[in-house]
Amino acid sequence: MGKLFVKNKQIVVPGELIAKGMDYIPVGDAYRDGEDLIASRVSLIDINGRVIKLIPLRGTYIPKKGDIVIGRINEVGYYNWLVDIGYAYDANLSVRDATSDFIERGTELSRYYDLDEYIVTRIISVTKFKAIDLTMKGPGLKKLVGGIIINVIPQRIPRIVGKKGSMINLIKELTNCQIIVGQNGRIWIRGKNAEDEMLAIKAIRLVEEKAHTSGLTDEIKNFLMEAKKGKNV
Amino acid sequence: MYEKRFDGRAFDELRPMKAKVGIVKNAVGSAMFQIGKTIALAAVYGPRELHPRHLQDISSGTLRCFYNMMAFSGSGERVKPGPSRRSREIGLVTEKAILPVLDLTEFPRTTVDVFIELLQTDAGTRCAGICAASMALADAGFKMKDLVAAVSCGLVGGKIVVDLNYEEEAQEDAVDIPIAIIPRTGEITLLQADGIVTREQLKEAISLAKRKCLEIYEIQKRALKERYEKEVK
Repeated sequence: MGKLFVKNKQIVVPGELIAKGMDYIPVGDAYRDGEDLIASRVSLIDINGRVIKLIPLRGTYIPKKGDIVIGRINEVGYYNWLVDIGYAYDANLSVRDATSDFIERGTELSRYYDLDEYIVTRIISVTKFKAIDLTMKGPGLKKLVGGIIINVIPQRIPRIVGKKGSMINLIKELTNCQIIVGQNGRIWIRGKNAEDEMLAIKAIRLVEEKAHTSGLTDEIKNFLMEAKKGKNV
Repeated sequence: MYEKRFDGRAFDELRPMKAKVGIVKNAVGSAMFQIGKTIALAAVYGPRELHPRHLQDISSGTLRCFYNMMAFSGSGERVKPGPSRRSREIGLVTEKAILPVLDLTEFPRTTVDVFIELLQTDAGTRCAGICAASMALADAGFKMKDLVAAVSCGLVGGKIVVDLNYEEEAQEDAVDIPIAIIPRTGEITLLQADGIVTREQLKEAISLAKRKCLEIYEIQKRALKERYEKEVK
């Protein structure tokens, strides 16, 4: 049996030895050098039997096929829009994927999506060299009107959403806000008033900060209840 | 013959070191590395668009390092900050020292910019810069095989010494040999020299540097872990 050099919930840095021998199976960013298993990113260790999961703690957003993201229209062309989705290069939204309307040649495309408008969109393909195609066809994909957009660390998104959306639904329910979470770390929030929106932002920031602690759903619930009580008095 | 070092250190003793990660909040990753009176600050931005276009690499991201000494960082006259022949050279060797461990294939055609500012200098600035830059890149969440540790060795009065300060480096017959290594494998990624040394002296200097870099590596690792342990608790 191989030897393990890390404990559960330990932080590893690039170049750190995780285990010796071939018995352990890494999930995430690690590489093998002979018998040694070595971490290649700052991550949190989660040991489950022989499987060692490396949860990344930081990093930029890497576009993936199927991701729902929030983008900003950066350019309006003749047949397409270029959309900033938080990656180094803009993604392409072509007329074909934007609407099922019949669009005549020479139509003013800014009638559909204008410069600097925000949209919820889905990535339909990412090539090896990161040319990204988007679509607006699908449930929930739309232009965003009003509200606030905040940026969070993309690696914390799964925690903000929670298991089957438990965390985000809790925040939505208790703050009466509409919230849309993009996989690229952008979150859109619209409430009936600014106070609700601020409360939702505070709760999301709290989840982001404490993403790797346990019992977080209850903590957020208490936090929101307390905040609401304070307001009613 | 050089019998006792000017500051009373042993010939193979480093100056006191300090490292901190995550000090520039608006950067993707950042770090500070101090050795003696030399303080280097590194901040990472990107991946982002790279212009002019002919510099873009379709198969991988590009790393750019910018080295800069601040105006009153030295002990003598005011240094003219901004790009110069010297700062371009040091930026280039820093890139070459770090690239062997850094994997930017996830971000084709983009650039990752590392800005290294020297707040205070007392020799060994490029080594301090490399140490800070590698920590900042790890903090930004990039995929890395290992960190890079660097230290300058040298020949002062016929003696091999480690981590020269300005007083020693300014000696008439002094030779400065900055060395960067990948601590896990012991591979050398930077080796420069500005004087005449014999083959034996160089070998001795390299083996001394390899030993001392491991001490620096421990400090780098601890600084990175300290930053994230706060978040996980």
